[in-house]
Amino acid sequence: MMQILGLYNYWVFAILLMTGIYIVISRTNLIKKLIGMSIFQSAVFLLYITLDKVEGGTAPILQAGAPEQLYSNPLPQVLILTAIVVGIATLSLGLAIVVRISEAYGTIEEDQIREMDS
Amino acid sequence: MVTFFGLFVLTLLVITAIGILRAENLFAAVMLTGLFSLLMASIFFILDAADVALTEAAVGAGVATVLMLSALALTSDREQQQRRRHWIPIVVVSVTTLLIIYATFDNPRLGDPGAPVHQHVAPWYLSETPRLIDIPNVVTAILASFRGYDTLGELFVIFTAGIGVLFMLSTDTERSPLTLLPNPDTEGLRHHQVPRIIGRLLVPFIVLFGLYVQFHGEYGPGGGFQAGALISAGFILFALIEGEAAALKVLSFRVLAGMITTGAFLYVAVGLAGIARGGNFLDYSVLLDDPIAGQHLGIILIELGVGLTVTGVLLSVFHAFAARRQHS
Repeated sequence: MMQILGLYNYWVFAILLMTGIYIVISRTNLIKKLIGMSIFQSAVFLLYITLDKVEGGTAPILQAGAPEQLYSNPLPQVLILTAIVVGIATLSLGLAIVVRISEAYGTIEEDQIREMDS
Repeated sequence: MVTFFGLFVLTLLVITAIGILRAENLFAAVMLTGLFSLLMASIFFILDAADVALTEAAVGAGVATVLMLSALALTSDREQQQRRRHWIPIVVVSVTTLLIIYATFDNPRLGDPGAPVHQHVAPWYLSETPRLIDIPNVVTAILASFRGYDTLGELFVIFTAGIGVLFMLSTDTERSPLTLLPNPDTEGLRHHQVPRIIGRLLVPFIVLFGLYVQFHGEYGPGGGFQAGALISAGFILFALIEGEAAALKVLSFRVLAGMITTGAFLYVAVGLAGIARGGNFLDYSVLLDDPIAGQHLGIILIELGVGLTVTGVLLSVFHAFAARRQHS
């Protein structure tokens, strides 16, 4: 039972990853596509943070006087911590581009923009 | 108990993602995205990643939601009806999901101490941090010192993205968000008493907590990235209830632009100071005569640089969207 439950995080990762990319592929609305991209990104974050967990461990903040304490892996946390903030910066750049597209074309639906361009 | 709570929250996460997929009203989709981030932050906390949970809660549930709502206000909040079903994407996505799930049966189970990821550099970081850097928070030690190069790179990505947004949203000098002050009378929630009074009570505590997270990041969960996100969230809340003009009086565009550049400059300057003192780039041990004290000084300075740049970028991006709305 626990052997299978120990994989549940990875399954959720797989489903979220593919939900995100499905939104990017199938929706024509540019803001919806950006939301899909951030779901995709969050799924990757979930994968990394799942890897860091150690059974019986705690957050990697060293405790004085507890030399036997187990700690979870700090390295994936560092990578994801910075990635989240980079993610919001790039998301806002994407949103700025969408705003400019909307002002230029009057729509943010990809198929309508493509018709106007052709 | 914690395991089952984790399973419950993960299931909610999947349901929320499907809700976002199905929502045709973009406003609803954005609100669900905020919920999604909050659930994700809870998962991170359950998985022992306190620093990451703090960041995700402030960035994902706070700042990202507000930025997406600002973008919706400038575009449209309805998605057009999808004309046809996309059979090929559905098939491709389902097959890939099943393949990934099939592959996970070879993965180490959650929390397995023998997993390969725990064998390589992580034990070294955990055992050597007290000797080389002597701060309790190993995440901060790796972020600021051991892997300072990576963080410098990340900071410049944020810097570049922030500059990019400011360029995208200011076409000519008259419309530049850097020179515009929005109309103070017609905006904000100043006519709604309940959110206004409650919000005003919260703002100082959010900013104070952000400062605590900034300067206590070596000892508890925290650091420049988290603090930057929290302080921006506090000021954005202030701007939402009192209007952007009131927020710009506290921190004007000029100050924000100064914060963006000062932060990035401070980080690079600390790195170059290491070279000037005869060490390597971003080697803090040589900054002072005592290597440990040098490490502490270096970490505090670069975390300050990160905090300044992140706050500056997030706030100026928010104001750039808001100014565009005022004058479009």
